[in-house]
Amino acid sequence: MMWNSVGDFFAMGGYGLYVWGSYGVVAAWMALEPWLVTRRHALAVRALDELHADEQEFSSGGLV
Amino acid sequence: MNPLPRFFTFAAPSRFYWLAGLLLPWLYLLAGALAAAGLYIGFFLAPTDATQGDAYRIIFIHVPVAWMSMVLYLAMAGWAALGWAFNARMASMLARAIAPTGAMFTFLALWTGAFWGKPTWGTWWVWDARLTSELILLFLYLGYMALVEAIDDVRRADLAGALLAVVGAVNVPIIYFSVRWWNTLHQGASISMTAAPKMVSTMLTSMLLMTLACWAYAFAVVFARARAIVLEREQSSEWVRALARPLSKVKL
Repeated sequence: MMWNSVGDFFAMGGYGLYVWGSYGVVAAWMALEPWLVTRRHALAVRALDELHADEQEFSSGGLV
Repeated sequence: MNPLPRFFTFAAPSRFYWLAGLLLPWLYLLAGALAAAGLYIGFFLAPTDATQGDAYRIIFIHVPVAWMSMVLYLAMAGWAALGWAFNARMASMLARAIAPTGAMFTFLALWTGAFWGKPTWGTWWVWDARLTSELILLFLYLGYMALVEAIDDVRRADLAGALLAVVGAVNVPIIYFSVRWWNTLHQGASISMTAAPKMVSTMLTSMLLMTLACWAYAFAVVFARARAIVLEREQSSEWVRALARPLSKVKL
């Protein structure tokens, strides 16, 4: 093992800010983006549901 | 029988929607597993670099995201062009689905590059040919996204976007060869098809695993976004309406 302790690992030989500053931002974006696209899909499904419900109401002679 | 219809099967939005939905969880899983393996090798097996110390470990993410930024641009321009040339809706939708992910990878290439440049070059940013052309790539992605959103007629927007994407593709070889054509502060290519690798095998393995992880991630996110776009755009088509029925039953 190259690292003597957990602190040693996070220090990255004095380059911790740069190494974790890179990986942290990448990880944050790669967590955010799947959440955003999943939400967009869910919203599209909901819009479709509402559209369909409106059509049913309309065709069954309900509220226009 | 005739193999052609089979080849174009997934050009139909309905079939694409179904297949992409099937692949989605596996692609996310694959991305996670590859990233875990790549990070383990990169942080626990790859040795500390003699000249750069541990700062060099940024390479395991910087190079894959930078590659993705260029590959995704070409993929976006390619699908946009196909959508334009063959009037294929699904191809245009894929081009639009790729753009935000490509822009994200471009931003990350610039960001991780800055965080690597500071400890090794002593500066976050320099107007070097490689860095500047990568920044232009980010603007091309953002320009494409802004353009297609600004035009209300979706097919007209697709065509205008395709023109911008195709013209902008000239920037990709400029980025790639910038380190050869000009004297840049940025180092030359890390990996070459014609020369032996310049790094130890653990470093190379980690970088390649991370690259595959980024590919799997990009496929997953682009497919997921494309599925949302299909639903948004094809609301009036019969198969999308059919999709709404069971879902609304579950909800109500």
